[in-house]
Amino acid sequence: MSEVRRLLPEPGVTSAPASWTRMVERGYAEAYARLLTTDPGDIIREVVDSGLAGRGGAAFPTGRKWASVAAAPVLTRYVIMNADESEPGTFKDRVLLEHDPLGPLIGLLIAARAVGARQGYVYLRGEYPDLERTMRQALAVLEKPGWIGPEGVSVEIRRGAGAYIAGEETALFNSIEGRRPEPRVKPPFPATHGLFGLPTLIQNVETLANVAQLFVHGAPWFRQVGTATTPGTKLVAVSGHVTRPGVYEVPFGIPLQTVLDDPQLAAGIAGSGQLQCVLLGGSAGTFLSPPEVAGAVLDYGPLRALGASIGSGAIMVFDHTVEMRRILIQLAAFFADESCGQCVPCRIGTRRLLDILQADALARREPDLRDLASAMRDASICGLGQTAPMALLSAIDRPALWEDICASKGGQSL
Amino acid sequence: MSQMVSLTVDGRRVSVPAGTMLREACRAAGETPPALCWHEHLTPANACRACVVQVHDSRALVAACSRPVAEDMVVETNTPRVLNARKIIAELLASAIDPQRAPDLLELVQATGADVGRFGGATPRVEPVKDDNPFFVRDYSQCILCYRCVEACGVDAQNTFAISAAGRGVSARIDAAYDRTLPESDCVFCGNCVAVCPTGALIDRQEWQLRSQAVWDPARITTTETVCSFCGVGCTLSLQVMDNRIVKVTSPHDNPVTHGMLCVKGRYGYAYVQAGDP
Repeated sequence: MSEVRRLLPEPGVTSAPASWTRMVERGYAEAYARLLTTDPGDIIREVVDSGLAGRGGAAFPTGRKWASVAAAPVLTRYVIMNADESEPGTFKDRVLLEHDPLGPLIGLLIAARAVGARQGYVYLRGEYPDLERTMRQALAVLEKPGWIGPEGVSVEIRRGAGAYIAGEETALFNSIEGRRPEPRVKPPFPATHGLFGLPTLIQNVETLANVAQLFVHGAPWFRQVGTATTPGTKLVAVSGHVTRPGVYEVPFGIPLQTVLDDPQLAAGIAGSGQLQCVLLGGSAGTFLSPPEVAGAVLDYGPLRALGASIGSGAIMVFDHTVEMRRILIQLAAFFADESCGQCVPCRIGTRRLLDILQADALARREPDLRDLASAMRDASICGLGQTAPMALLSAIDRPALWEDICASKGGQSL
Repeated sequence: MSQMVSLTVDGRRVSVPAGTMLREACRAAGETPPALCWHEHLTPANACRACVVQVHDSRALVAACSRPVAEDMVVETNTPRVLNARKIIAELLASAIDPQRAPDLLELVQATGADVGRFGGATPRVEPVKDDNPFFVRDYSQCILCYRCVEACGVDAQNTFAISAAGRGVSARIDAAYDRTLPESDCVFCGNCVAVCPTGALIDRQEWQLRSQAVWDPARITTTETVCSFCGVGCTLSLQVMDNRIVKVTSPHDNPVTHGMLCVKGRYGYAYVQAGDP
C-alpha cells in the first residue's frame, strides 16, 4: 500500500469540488449534522483520541490545542484556517483546497463548534487568486443550510499580500487586524491572546481536512493507517528530479525511498537518474544523502535520529548534476527576502548568510556560519529566523556534500 | 500590594512583583542584561534581542525585556548560548551601522568582545541623509530599527502616529507612509523620536550642522535647567549652551512632568532667547 487517499478524494469522486453533492458523497453533510447536537467536550475528546497532530510543520497535538482554547476564560473566540502556504517546494494545501475545499472548511466549522467560536477566518495566500473563487463557492454551499452565516459560524476569507511571514500564526493575526504582519512575542500564546487579543484556534488546512475525515469515519478508523505514535496520512509535495512530481497522500511510516520510487508516487529519480540528495521538510528542512534517504521513514521519531523532520511535507529531489551551492544561495535569498525585519538576528543574519554563501572562501567561513546559525536559532523572535539556517547547517554536517559545495563557486541567486 | 514572584537568576533567589519582566528580575540579581531597543519610558519593542537570557525548559532563548516572570523560573544570563547570541547581535549591527556613532552599540561591542569586521561591509546600507525640515535630520544609514521612535510617536508619548516600519528584511525602514517627507506627513516635529534614538540616526538639525562643521564640542557645553515659558504645563527644559548660545534643548527622562518628552515649542522654539533687538 503506497498511496492512501483520505484527504484527497479517490479518482472515482467526480462531483464538483464545491457542491452539495460533494458534501454528501464525502460524508461531510451527515457528519456535521450529527456534530451540531454533540457536546463540544466529546468532540475534543474524539480529536485527542485520534492522536491527530498539526500538519503545518510543528506537529503539535491537535486535541491538546483545542482543549486549551476551549478552556480560555474569555467567551469570544476565533478559529482560523491557515492557508498561507508560501515556501519553495511546498504546495500541498493548494492541491488539497483545489480538490476538496469542503473538507478543510467542515474541519474549521467543527473546530469552531468544539472551542465555542462564532467567527472564523480563512487566511489564503495572496498568490492563490483562483483558490479564492473556489473557496467562495464552497462557503456558498455551506451558507445554504445556515452552517456558515449569522445562525452558524461566520467565516470570512482574508487574502495575504505576498509576505511569507504572514503565515506565522501571530503575524497572521496582525495581518487580519490590518497591521503589519510582524510576529508577536510568545507567551502569551494564541490560545489565550490571539486574534484581536482573544482566544484563537489556528490550524493548517491539512489538519482541518483530517478533522473532517475523523468525524466522518471515527477515531478507530483514523488510526488504521500510519504509525502508533503518528496515526493518519500526510500530504507530501514532491518536486525536483523525479519522474512524477506532485502531491501525494501517504501513510506515516512509509519509507522515503518508496515515496521516491513507487510507480504510483514519484516513480523514480529523473534527470541524470543518479540521486545526489533530498531536501526533506521544506526550505528550513534537512538535506539527506542517498544512504540516509534509503534508511528514512516518514515519521517524526525515526527522522529525529537523522536530525530531520517532515515539516510541511515538502520533498525536493536533486540529481547528481545540481550545483548544490546554487540551491543554498537560493534558499538563503528566499529567507533574506521574506524576513519581516523586526529582529536583528533574522533581519541582518539572513542577509549575512546569503553574503557568505555568495562570496569566496566558503570553507574558511564555517565557524562564522555555525556561530551565526546558533545565534539566529536561539535569539530570533519567530520560527522564520530560528529555522532559516537549518538546511544550511544540515549541509555543513554532511561532509561529502559540504566539500562539493565549498568547491563550487558562489555568485548571485537565480 | 501586588503579589510577589520568586525565581532564580544565575543561582540567586530574587523576588519581584508579578507581571514584571525578566529584565527587572535580572536587575534585582545584579545581572542587568544589555539592551539597545529597551527604554525606560517605552513599551519593550523586543527587537534588538541583545537582552536574551536562557530560561530552563525553553527551547530558544527569551528576551528579558518582554518575558513576564513566573514562579520558580530558572534563568541564566551568562551561558555560552547567551554570550554567543549577544556577540553575534553586536557583530551583525556593527556590520550595518557605524558603532563609533552609537554609544550603546559600542558598549555592547566592547562587553561581548565582538569582532566588528566579522560580517562587515558586504552589503552596507547606503542612504542619503533626509534633511527635509528645520528641526531635525534623519540619517537612516545609522538606524538599527529599534522602534523607539515609532513608539514615542505612538501611544507611549506623542499619540501622533506619523511614522511606522515599512519594507521588509534588510530593506525594512522607518517611514512616514509612502516615502513622504516629514512636512507632508502627520509629523508635528515634537522631536520626541530624536530624544529616544540610541544611534544618532535622528539628530537635531542644529547639532548635526555643528557636528558637520566640527564645532560641536561636548566639553564646552554647559547645561542649565529651567521651566518652559510657552504654556502652563511647566515642562522642565535642559538648555545645552555652547559659547553663550543655546545649541540643543532636552528634558530629563527621569523628570516626572515630561519623562523626557516635549513639544515642538519647548524643544525647538528657542531662537527668540538669543534674537537681537528688533
